[in-house]
Formats: sequence, C-alpha cells, structure tokens
Amino acid sequence: MTNVTSISSPSIHSEDRAHEADHPTSTVAKFGNDQPLKLDCGIDLAPFQIAYQTYGELNADRSNAILICHALTLDQHVANVHPLTGKAGWWEIMVGPGRPLDTDKYFIVCSNVIGGCMGSTGPASTNPATGKAWGLDFPVITIPDMVRAQAMLLDRLEIKTLLCVIGGSMGGMQVLQWTAAYPERVFSALPVACSTRHSAQNIAFHELGRQAVMADPDWHHGRYFELNTHPHRGLAVARMAGHITYLSDAALHRKFGRRMQDRDLPTFSFDADFQVESYLRYQGSSFVERFDANSYLYLTRAMDYFDIAADHDGVLAQAFRGIKTRFCVVSFTSDWLFPTSESRALVHALNASSARVSFAEIETDRGHDAFLLDVPEFFDIARAFLQSADKARGLDTSKGG
Amino acid sequence: MAFQEQALPLGGIAPDRTGKYRTDHLLVAEMIPAGSKVLDVGCGDGELLQLLESRGIDGRGIEISREGVNRGVARGLAVVQGDADTDLVNYPDDAFDYVILSQTLQATRQPKVVLENLLRIGRRAIVSFPNFGFWKMRLQLLVGGHMPRTENLPATWYDTPNIHFCTIKDFVQLCDEINVKMERAVALDLYGRPVPLTLPWWVWNMFGEQGVFLLSRGGVGK
Repeated sequence: MTNVTSISSPSIHSEDRAHEADHPTSTVAKFGNDQPLKLDCGIDLAPFQIAYQTYGELNADRSNAILICHALTLDQHVANVHPLTGKAGWWEIMVGPGRPLDTDKYFIVCSNVIGGCMGSTGPASTNPATGKAWGLDFPVITIPDMVRAQAMLLDRLEIKTLLCVIGGSMGGMQVLQWTAAYPERVFSALPVACSTRHSAQNIAFHELGRQAVMADPDWHHGRYFELNTHPHRGLAVARMAGHITYLSDAALHRKFGRRMQDRDLPTFSFDADFQVESYLRYQGSSFVERFDANSYLYLTRAMDYFDIAADHDGVLAQAFRGIKTRFCVVSFTSDWLFPTSESRALVHALNASSARVSFAEIETDRGHDAFLLDVPEFFDIARAFLQSADKARGLDTSKGG
Repeated sequence: MAFQEQALPLGGIAPDRTGKYRTDHLLVAEMIPAGSKVLDVGCGDGELLQLLESRGIDGRGIEISREGVNRGVARGLAVVQGDADTDLVNYPDDAFDYVILSQTLQATRQPKVVLENLLRIGRRAIVSFPNFGFWKMRLQLLVGGHMPRTENLPATWYDTPNIHFCTIKDFVQLCDEINVKMERAVALDLYGRPVPLTLPWWVWNMFGEQGVFLLSRGGVGK
C-alpha cells in the first residue's frame, strides 16, 4: 500500500480566528444603522465595522496620509506583529522610519477590507440578526465596495485627501478604483502588479480555489462555524494553487529544483518527496491558521468581478478622464498573474487621459510576489515617486510636527 | 528647391554658465515657453526632462530602456517605458504642446511615421539628431573607408542601436515631403556651438555635428 499524507490540522483554534473577526486586536471604526455601506449588489450593509492599523503621525493640515491597500490573503497588519501568527508585518521592509513609506514623514493607514476576516465585517463576523456567523448569508462584495468602506473610514478619521494610495495585486485594484471613484481625494497613486480587470485565466484559478474549499466535507455550505469545523484541507489546496500563480517557474526552480525532501530516493508513494511539495503543503497549512475559508470565497469573487472599463462603456480611458492624480504604475517581468502587458494597457489609457503617469517594469525572476519581497529597484522607485509627490504637494517633510 | 530657399531664424542661445547642461538641451529648453505640456520621446535617464521641469514646464517621457526609465522615475519624473515606433499611436491627437525627439530619430524603425506621429500628438515638435553629413563622418568614410564613429556616436556598425542615419539635408527634404513646417533650425558644431546662420545651408550640412529643428504642422488649412 502507498503512503498517503495530507495537510496537517491547524494549530490555531477556530475560536481564536472567530474572536479576531468580531473583536480584533486592531483599532476599529464602527458604523451604525444610520451609516450603512451601500453595496454594489444593492444591499445596504448595517451595522458594520472596519478594523485598521496606523503608523506615524498625521500632520497639522492632515496632508501626509498614505493609504495602503492590502492584497487578497493579507490584512491590516502591515508593520506590526500579526496577532494570530506572531510573525512580522507583511510590508515591514517598505514601511517604517527611513523606509520608502517613511513613518517619520507620513501617516500610514491600512484597513482590513470589508469581507475580510481580521476585524472588518465579513462572512466570519457575527450577523447581529441571528447571533451566528454570517457565512454565505453575507452579501457578495466588490472592489468598489471595499473602497467605499475605506472612504467612510477616512471620513471618520477626517482625512479629506490622501497623499498617496498604494497597493499590490488586489490592493492595486483598490488603488485604481480609488482614482476612478474619488480622483479628487487621491493626490498620487502607486498601483503595483495589478490590472484594471481580472483576466479569464485569473478567474479560472480562483474558481479552482473556491471549488477546493466547497468540496471539503467540513465546509458544510459555509456553516462550519456552527459545527465547529473549518474546511482547512480545501482552503489549503486553494492556497497551494494560488501560491503557484504568485511565483514563477524560474523562482521555483531556483529555490527547489527537483531536490528531494529529507531523502535521497523516491519513496514510491504520494508522500511529499520533493521539496517543492513540502513547501506548498507548508504554505497551505500555515495559511489556514490565519484565514477564513468563506472570506477566501468572497474576496476572490470581488477580484473576479473587477473591471474598471465596464463601468465606463468599456472605454478604460473614460474612467480616468481629466484626472489630476499622479500615477506610478509598476510591474514585474516574471509576473504571469498580472503580466506587464496589462499594466501597459493601463498606462496607455492614462496617457490617453493626459494623466501624469510613470511606468516602470522591474526585472526579477520572483514572479507576482516580488512586490512583497526585497527588490531594491522597486523601493527606489516608490521612494522617489513619493518624494516627488510630497514635493509637488508642498508637504513639509521636515521631521516632527 | 525648398531646401536652399528657406530662410530660418536662429535665436541666440544663452550660454550655459553652470556647465551643468548640454548645449542642445539648453537650446531645446529655450524653444519651449514655461507652462507648456511636453512629451520627450526617448528621454533616456531624464536629463532634459529635469531641465524642463526646473523651468516650469510640465514634462512627460517615454524611454525604451528599463534602466533609463527607472532612473528617470527615481528622479521624480513622469516617465513611461515604451517604444517610439509602436507606442506613439496610443497617444491622442493634440495631447501635448510640444513633443521632443532628442537624438532618437536615427534609432527608430520608421522615422517618417514617428515624425508624423510627433506632429499629431503635439502642436509642435522639436527634433534633434546627429548629422551624418558632418565633415568628420564624411572624412572617415571617404579616407578611412570605414563606418564613421564619433564621440557622440561611439557604437560600432554591428552593435549600434542607430539604424536610420540621415544628413541635415535629408531631414529637411523629409519635412518638405510630409508637409511639415520648419519654424526654426539650428546646427551645432563639434563643440555644441551654433553654426552661424549667415553661412549657407551646405556649410551647415558639412559643419553641423547635429541639427535641432522646431517643427509645426504644414500649411494645409492653417
């Protein structure tokens, strides 16, 4: 008989995750029934809450705020220890004193997106009408919904305009949505490794992930909270498939090649003989410890629906007509999830709108995930772009204040 | 022929007291009034764009090399990676006041199409290019019997990005052919000094190391 190993059970209990969804470690902005979030699906969501983190200090004229939009499986814990995993923030190399997003100069805000599971209202949150987790009763949300919620949060923080909105991947989609929906509130925008619409191939990968979650017997049509289970196997498979798309063949080959894991010969089984298999299983099982399966369904769906041009009669340039926002679009050569050609289409549309746009393609073999890694060329560009933006805005960047 | 008959005014170029900028860049900068919106095609690392921005001109750049783009963006300039031959079609008509093609014409696959695009996108175009009719070039080919190389064009024939060399005379003829109006023309000598206007055209074509031209759309309907 062959050995069959499967993904290990999560060590963080689902109660911890459920608690974090309703009572996050982060600061929370609560919106009551008088301030509903108007969703694209036609539903007014109320009450709801947005969990967020801030770094640095807001200056006297409130002009140094930068909004970071997080990617699909990330959250608001940009530059602090993550409450569930105990690991460092996901963009600590980018955010901090003296870093490109310099917390000595800028006031940085990052919120957990609506539909997420780290404290903003989402399918893992408790539905006040039933006292149980929302599950699939949660309305389907879109990227514009996420941005609308962020705008309400900024209103609450009394920030009228943002010096910059920055984000990669799903975060980049939010950046573009910000500029299309609230151009007057965004002085500069830095969309990284993203696109103005989700491609058919990307939708296909997301569907694979969602079907993996739904095929897990522990999913129970999204009602796993009530049964005290979690479809961790399905979610881990979804994460494994997703993770492959975030890397590149070259990066995988450089990292693992065909090397074996703790053995010299194949076991002639379905055990994780290859290092790359064991790496993916690790990625899958560590992901389920911090993420909610239903949130994964909702957020991937939001990305699938994203298409800025569709809201403007299919003409992308219309979305940015007369825009004053300064753009810096960045792509990576080995990113096959959001290839450079898609960034180029965005740049053409921005040029057609006479927007002030920079576009740099950065050479790296690290794939889509390059925006999260130590890529000095990207940091230099982000730093210089922000500096030119704060100079153009006449921001006092001297320390203190 | 139009080539010999055109009388073109040569403005005085303020000397570069700082020594910081190239004469051809200063010459281009002085052709553009402050507040103009400018596209620099083939902007390299953004040296000219930076000079323009320092003079209150709203500049954008296109550059084919990744290195050049990233250095330009790192200077805080609005630079886009792109190819003059293929990307200019994406720019709408009249998007800019001036479009600059500085020392890039000879590296394009379709100089004529590029030139037409420049004057579609911008109301005016400023084109500078190395003059292949320059006496040193002629001498190297005539006496040396080899493809010319100069300080400004150091590449050997087999690894040069430059594929369409022309002389000042050729360029003037092309402009004539596609009905482009020459508003100003300056030839710069080996030391970057303007060749005096009082001298006849053939002298320019012989002693101009490079030509700088301010162009606008031709007479039809205007």
